[in-house]
Amino acid sequence: MGEIAERAAVRRLHDRLGFGLGPGDAGAGYDATVGRLLAPYADTGAPPPALTPPAPVEKPAKGEKRDKEAKKAANKARVAQEAKITAWWLDRMVASGGAVGGPAGAATERMTWFWHGHFATSEQKVRSPQLMLAQNQTFRKFARGSFGDLAQALVVDAALIRWLDGNDNREGSPNENLAREFLELFTLGIGHYVETDVFEGARALTGWTIRRTSTQTRFVPGRHDSEPKTMLGKTGNFDAKGFVDLALAKPESAPFVIGRIWFRLVSATPPPAATMDRLVTAYGVRRDVGAVLKAITAEPAFRDSASALVKQPVEWVIGLMRALGIRPAKLDDKTRMKVIAGLRGMGQLPLRPPSVGGWPSGGSWLTTSAGVTRLQLALLLARNAELGQLQKSSARVDGVRALLGVDQWSARTRAALSGVSEPAQLVAVAACAPEYVVSG
Amino acid sequence: MDNVTRRRFLTMSGVTAAGALAVGATQVSWSDLMTAAVRNPLQSEDSVLVVVTLYGGNDGLNTVVPAGDPAYQKARPELAYQSDEVLDLGDGLGLNPGLRGLKGFWDDKSLAIVRGVGYPDPDRSHFRSMAIWQTASPKTPVPTGWLGRWLDATGADPLHAVSVEPTLPPLLAGATTAAASLPVRGLKLPEGKLGTAFAALGKPSSGEEHWQAQAAKSLQDLQEAVRVLGGAVHDQAETEDEEDDEKTKGASAGGGSQLGAQLELVAGLVEAGVPTRAYSVSLGGFDTHADERGTQQRLLGELDGALAPFVQRMRKSDRGRQVVVLVYSEFGRRVHANGSDGTDHGTAGPLFVVGDKVKGGFFGEQPSLTDLDNGDLKATTDFRDVYGTVLRDVLGADAGQVLDGYDGQVEGLLKV
Repeated sequence: MGEIAERAAVRRLHDRLGFGLGPGDAGAGYDATVGRLLAPYADTGAPPPALTPPAPVEKPAKGEKRDKEAKKAANKARVAQEAKITAWWLDRMVASGGAVGGPAGAATERMTWFWHGHFATSEQKVRSPQLMLAQNQTFRKFARGSFGDLAQALVVDAALIRWLDGNDNREGSPNENLAREFLELFTLGIGHYVETDVFEGARALTGWTIRRTSTQTRFVPGRHDSEPKTMLGKTGNFDAKGFVDLALAKPESAPFVIGRIWFRLVSATPPPAATMDRLVTAYGVRRDVGAVLKAITAEPAFRDSASALVKQPVEWVIGLMRALGIRPAKLDDKTRMKVIAGLRGMGQLPLRPPSVGGWPSGGSWLTTSAGVTRLQLALLLARNAELGQLQKSSARVDGVRALLGVDQWSARTRAALSGVSEPAQLVAVAACAPEYVVSG
Repeated sequence: MDNVTRRRFLTMSGVTAAGALAVGATQVSWSDLMTAAVRNPLQSEDSVLVVVTLYGGNDGLNTVVPAGDPAYQKARPELAYQSDEVLDLGDGLGLNPGLRGLKGFWDDKSLAIVRGVGYPDPDRSHFRSMAIWQTASPKTPVPTGWLGRWLDATGADPLHAVSVEPTLPPLLAGATTAAASLPVRGLKLPEGKLGTAFAALGKPSSGEEHWQAQAAKSLQDLQEAVRVLGGAVHDQAETEDEEDDEKTKGASAGGGSQLGAQLELVAGLVEAGVPTRAYSVSLGGFDTHADERGTQQRLLGELDGALAPFVQRMRKSDRGRQVVVLVYSEFGRRVHANGSDGTDHGTAGPLFVVGDKVKGGFFGEQPSLTDLDNGDLKATTDFRDVYGTVLRDVLGADAGQVLDGYDGQVEGLLKV
């Protein structure tokens, strides 16, 4: 394999550190683009929607009809609020590269999205849009900051605690779910801890609970197991903070976390050892995620033609909306719901990861039924876009290439596109082309 | 069928997919399915395996319940079922009250319960343990699933195994063949210029990068899948906002839903004579770390409510009577309850085998509740014994070849 051309490399930077090329992004050189994408960023983006917490539902007396109705109404309100947050987040992702905050905003939003897949928490079980939104804001706050700060915030995050059953974790009968997944999926990876570490970690996490009426967790000292614990090779009176500190201090943690970032932003092939060493150095004692991103862009593997990734459905749809100048917030309700339904149909709805292990990758997105949904969704979006410039038949195929920011069409795709004249159909087919579905 | 059988189908995202934005509601094109089946139908003496995966680690002790054992009552006072609550199986064991349909199969001797199934040095990670069960390789990670290797070994025909799940499970991925995957919701492709152009995107393009080539291949597979397997077979409304409070509590470990719809689709395919020998379906939600009793009983009720009508329906046709169902989960739970009225990740559990070809009754020893391994049950049967048996007696395969030389069996499990 070899190094891709400068133009393709710039496009790749936007694909991997943001959500694809925005209008006018393609002009800058590689180094200037890295600088723009990774510049410090003050959040001036659209504020989150105000959510009114639904009235608390009394435990229904069995079979009573009125309670059933109340429960139904509460469910409906919750579903509406979830859709509201999802639409707001999609809109931020689209807007993040443009007027809102410049490309640096795109990188923050991109990493917010990454952390959601890493600490994968689903509203399916959390059943509180308020908690999901609070967690989302935490991801954004620490998106490109210190992984240590992020991990400390997450171990006591209300949505994560509810998702992994930490709410009733108390002295004498610890619940292991959160401790186990924290070690296995969030900080260390399988093989770098033993069963006792899970058990002792669960003891360290005892005492945290969530008040019904709040998005904040609180620590109840009376529920905490304050006896000494032995885990990850150390003995002490560890609490939640101590548990996270111990996990992150293990030498295996840095390569694990960096490996997860590499897997989603660069390639399914793990980085060579020398590359990993450089990235670990950049990560450093501050566990600096922004520095890792910067270091990644300097690696030869980042510019290698073999480092192609299948776009996740969310990345694909956000990129397409950016290219077409569509803001989810400005779509009518029905169309916006169809976009959300389309993402569900393609197998990736924000706030709904399939398990705590997060979303699959690669070939898993190239499924047959996802292919059908992708075409329908592309058609829906194209019909909501201003495509006058594609009317001229002479430059149509190249015009749609430029519009979507594709480096070049294969002869196959060129031939396929030449048979379509209606602009919206042309865009829809182009958006399903292998050259657009994959970030080359 | 012929050109299709030589092709590799890729996965289709299924249960909640496609329908949301499908152009209109197309009903199943059963005639397409029948055409496929007529060309190369399932022979009536060919048995069919249906694998049901329960994601999340189903609590075996509250599924096949030793209600009369004082050690059981003592270990989980809040979670335990009393003897009069369970459906008596004899031997001091009873089925969870959610499993009434399965109890009927027990009574007519078509349900086998293999007790204490596990593997040495159990791993309590959902993902690692599920990988072990699906690859049938307890010691070293391997990239292929046990039914995927069976596919490889028996002519590499992807139609021989079909997944009816959201994503293709690893158990159906072989080295050279991946099973076909069929969504519960249907497929409909556009016609006219749009359809022609979309189809043309699937043509191979020389020198294309790996993932782009795969993307093109998936579009080509889509055309084939729609042609052979037909359109929508199920058109049911989304049920997302009707989520059950209890059911969602164990949701963090993945798995499908709408098991009933998945099995209905399988039943239709079997009856149609589609030449598939192995099907995979799944149900998620069994990660019951908190408030386990209600959650698990409802999930088992969902399993029962999907499985019982399926088995009953299969009894009504010659092809259906050849169906054997295997139900398993990646591990059982800890013997002692935790403080959240739930249980943490454990080890061995019971496994169900159901069907007219099954010799009903207990197989394997019930693990002791007093002789524990660090609080966990000791497995009494290696899961590969069960796989070996169904490979040999249901799929007519050389089990040792698929299971890397492992040759254990559960003798007498199936009528042969």
